[in-house]
Amino acid sequence: MRFKHLHELNTICTAESKTIAELMIEEQVQETNIPEADVVRQMSDYYQVMKEAVHKGLTEDTTSRSGLTGGDGKKMAEYIRKGETCSGDASALAMAYALCVSEVNASMGRIVATPTAGSCGIIPGVFISSQERFGWSDEHLVNGLFCAGAIGYVIANNSFISGAEGGCQAEVGSAIGMAAGAMVELRGGTPEQVVHAVGLALKNTLGLICDPVAGLVEIPCIVRNGLGAVTALAAADMALAGVRSAIPSDEVIDVMLEVGSAMPSRHRETAQGGLAQTPTGRKMMEKLAKPKAKRAEPEIEAESPAENEPEAKA
Amino acid sequence: MRFKDVFSIIGPSMTGPSSSHTAGAARLGRIARQWLGCTPERARLTLYGSFADTYQGHGTDLALIGGLLDYVTDDPRIPDAEQYAEEVGMEVEFFTSGLPAPHPNTVKIELWHGDRQCSLIGASIGGGSVSVHALNDFRVQISGEFPTLVLRHSDKAGVLASVTSTISSSGVNIGYMQVDRKARDGEALTAMEMDGVPNPEMLNRLRSLDHMLDIRVIDLKRGVEPDAV
Repeated sequence: MRFKHLHELNTICTAESKTIAELMIEEQVQETNIPEADVVRQMSDYYQVMKEAVHKGLTEDTTSRSGLTGGDGKKMAEYIRKGETCSGDASALAMAYALCVSEVNASMGRIVATPTAGSCGIIPGVFISSQERFGWSDEHLVNGLFCAGAIGYVIANNSFISGAEGGCQAEVGSAIGMAAGAMVELRGGTPEQVVHAVGLALKNTLGLICDPVAGLVEIPCIVRNGLGAVTALAAADMALAGVRSAIPSDEVIDVMLEVGSAMPSRHRETAQGGLAQTPTGRKMMEKLAKPKAKRAEPEIEAESPAENEPEAKA
Repeated sequence: MRFKDVFSIIGPSMTGPSSSHTAGAARLGRIARQWLGCTPERARLTLYGSFADTYQGHGTDLALIGGLLDYVTDDPRIPDAEQYAEEVGMEVEFFTSGLPAPHPNTVKIELWHGDRQCSLIGASIGGGSVSVHALNDFRVQISGEFPTLVLRHSDKAGVLASVTSTISSSGVNIGYMQVDRKARDGEALTAMEMDGVPNPEMLNRLRSLDHMLDIRVIDLKRGVEPDAV
């Protein structure tokens, strides 16, 4: 790839009069030697999966395997119909769709990792609600996914995108930055505005810990996806209005690396801290502890399967 | 670069809820099934670290079983994989271990079919990507991102030279190669990640080489050949 940083994305695109999506497609073709039509078809297939997930979340039962979550996306969609939203219908719909996709994920339905499964609701929430609002073609949104992918590529290679490595700022935060930047490009903003949107969005998630209750991608992940979609829209609006990220966006990504690396492991997806260790979080974890598998004997190489031990691990 | 292209960021299409716990687990199961060469009759899976702690809520067990049934990461049958395994007569047992593992999300998969038996140790390293560390206790480093040729052969001088010259004459480039042996003159295993898909003619020529015991192709993109049994 010809870029590793956001400022390079901006410089190349501005010099060559290209959108970030166009550059990303070119670079992908060059890197993988796969024809452009196939690359675009792959991304288009992913967009269809995202749409199906929204539909599934709105129409089917999304109760998770643990029984802890499900149905909130539907609730939001019904609430919007009353026309009394506090945050505005556009925000509320992005939130409803993001909740839907995240709930489909938690219930073992099909989603696209964007960039991870834990953050899979934000980009579809923002993209599909905006497509309905602005009447965009699928092709336009597929380009938006390439733009989001370019932003994620920079974040992932300079910082991190998984909660286990860098906290929820890396997972949900990266998705918000990707969605915000892509939204700017979809609305006709410049590459420079895209870059500012990423910085504005990421600054607002720095320090966000990954503290899944019982270690599951449910509480608080689903709600964070919903609220993340709203943040992405807001950051896109700021950038389109001309607001700049006073700290350059590449430096914000570096800070995410610094903050995430400094986080104690109990706040990085281990379920040993944060919301997971609140009295209620602990109760939920205990309730879900259903020992099933046997504990393997220390000599795992033994030929005969280990005996069933009484104190099986949860 | 840890992440090489746009689809390592957007994608894969997968069954939820966790790219590490389900997508990666399904891929590991699938690699193990391809390593055995057929649908296993019996499977024993030992989970380590975070896999052992949260596999039930995450459906890691179902994703692993799905992989053993050769399901891709977004196969809608994954949530009901236990039932499908029962239907094909596949017996599956799960164990957890508190022993230290090379990565927090590690699984050891042991498979049996008739007199065939194989084992694999692998980890789900994030975003649905995997890394296989051992095949039948031989050290390897397989990502599953490329068509991979795994050869079991005797540790004899000249075997590797004939292997590489056979492959080069068929025009396929080797991207990464690793050789490990149990003992001098004993059994050896060579794993090769290829830039292209090994064609049947090349595989037949490799099979006919002296000291060659067995050949398997692991290819997550194209799926498997019909059961070798």
